Amino acid sequence: MRILRHPILGNLDEQPPVFIEVDGELIPAREGEPIAAAIIAAGRLKLRHTRKSGEPRGVFCGIGRCTDCVMTVDGQANVRTCVTPVKAGMKIVTQGASPEREAQE
Amino acid sequence: MTQSDTDIIVIGAGPAGLSAAAEAARLGAAVLVLDENDRPGGQLFKQIHKFFGSKDHRAGVRGYAIGDSLLAETARLGARIELGAVVYAIYPDRRVAVITADQRRLLLTPKKIILATGASENALAFPGCTLPGVMSAGAVQTMVNLHRVLPADKTLMVGSGNVGLIVSYQIRQAGGKVAALVEAAPVIGGYGVHAAKISRLGVPILTGHTVKCVHGTDRVEGATLVALDDKFRAVPGSERDIEIGCVAIAVGLTPLAELALMCGCGFTYIPKLGGHLPVHDDNMETTAAGIYVAGDITGVEEASSAMEEGRLAGIAAAEALGRVAPSEAAALKQAVWARLNALRTGRFGQARRDAKERITAEGRGAHVV
Repeated sequence: MRILRHPILGNLDEQPPVFIEVDGELIPAREGEPIAAAIIAAGRLKLRHTRKSGEPRGVFCGIGRCTDCVMTVDGQANVRTCVTPVKAGMKIVTQGASPEREAQE
Repeated sequence: MTQSDTDIIVIGAGPAGLSAAAEAARLGAAVLVLDENDRPGGQLFKQIHKFFGSKDHRAGVRGYAIGDSLLAETARLGARIELGAVVYAIYPDRRVAVITADQRRLLLTPKKIILATGASENALAFPGCTLPGVMSAGAVQTMVNLHRVLPADKTLMVGSGNVGLIVSYQIRQAGGKVAALVEAAPVIGGYGVHAAKISRLGVPILTGHTVKCVHGTDRVEGATLVALDDKFRAVPGSERDIEIGCVAIAVGLTPLAELALMCGCGFTYIPKLGGHLPVHDDNMETTAAGIYVAGDITGVEEASSAMEEGRLAGIAAAEALGRVAPSEAAALKQAVWARLNALRTGRFGQARRDAKERITAEGRGAHVV
């Protein structure tokens, strides 16, 4: 969720949101913030599935080292969403096996 | 980015790197700062609390304001900062290999190199530790203070060092709840003043407790806490469940010393300061001549001492290039050492000072490469 008011930092400046598409769903974002911040603000913590067992993963380190937050962004796989800034219209897809997909196979 | 006119390359634009760049540029060196991130300042801009120390250390000033003034200082003194620039190697002949923001590959040949790469946070293993919502405390702090995003309504904090205490307070400031702060040790690790602030807000600080496991399917939904005995063994029957959506892990940091390893710097091992550390002398020069270190890479402390170490390294590197007379450099360095030693006093600081003196004792006159 967004922190709109803050005793030290003041009110969040009202800039019109841009939209990004995450797994087909449009979510609002602040231009230039990390992709992961926008997705977490939209209430979703899971950013990928592990490749073999399909376990869910989200942001751990937040500084681009652990790579647990990677997603496919505009066709490019393994983009670290915790350090990659949002641009309007980005198309983002969760990567890795999902448990559902494994069950189907 | 061109290489012919660069005297000193600083790697890392955090508090240590920017301070090093400012000092060296002030003395007339041509300085280039490289940082892989798309904004400078390292972790300073998420520090919304007032810093400690004396007036000389900018005590009472909030971290982000210190970041702003450091950036202004480096800009005014003419140090260049190149963002989105990943240094992926330093070769034995001291060539620095960089991938720039626009994906160019460059080999730069500076006369001196200052490594100010910082540290990364440690993980903690327990069942459920990979669930989305288990995050490093620093990642939570970045989300909350920089990006204004609260990962969950309720957080469990693990670790009572200053990071755990301060981030707990900042989660509360942002309107979030901290269900509990657990600390495996029998005593609180960080400053009493920080602990008192969150205690007053009603955050339970459970010393002698840890997180046994975290549950949830696609995200953290709850955790089981357990009491520990004096040998850190779980006390049977002491488990209790809490409902939370985020677990913040604040169990220390490890210096990011890979580039120092590549340079062939001599290392020592000091667990109190984060583990394997490049040895350095009183000039912050490693055992690899011409390679300097500053900040958390030399042992995890905090931003104030990182900035002083950066200033030392900057002065020393400029001196080695002949940009300042030895007598003047000595006076400048002495002033920095006085401020640094003043930071390393008191119950916590003295232990750091003792540990740091082990490093410099090993580093003095030990240039072997």
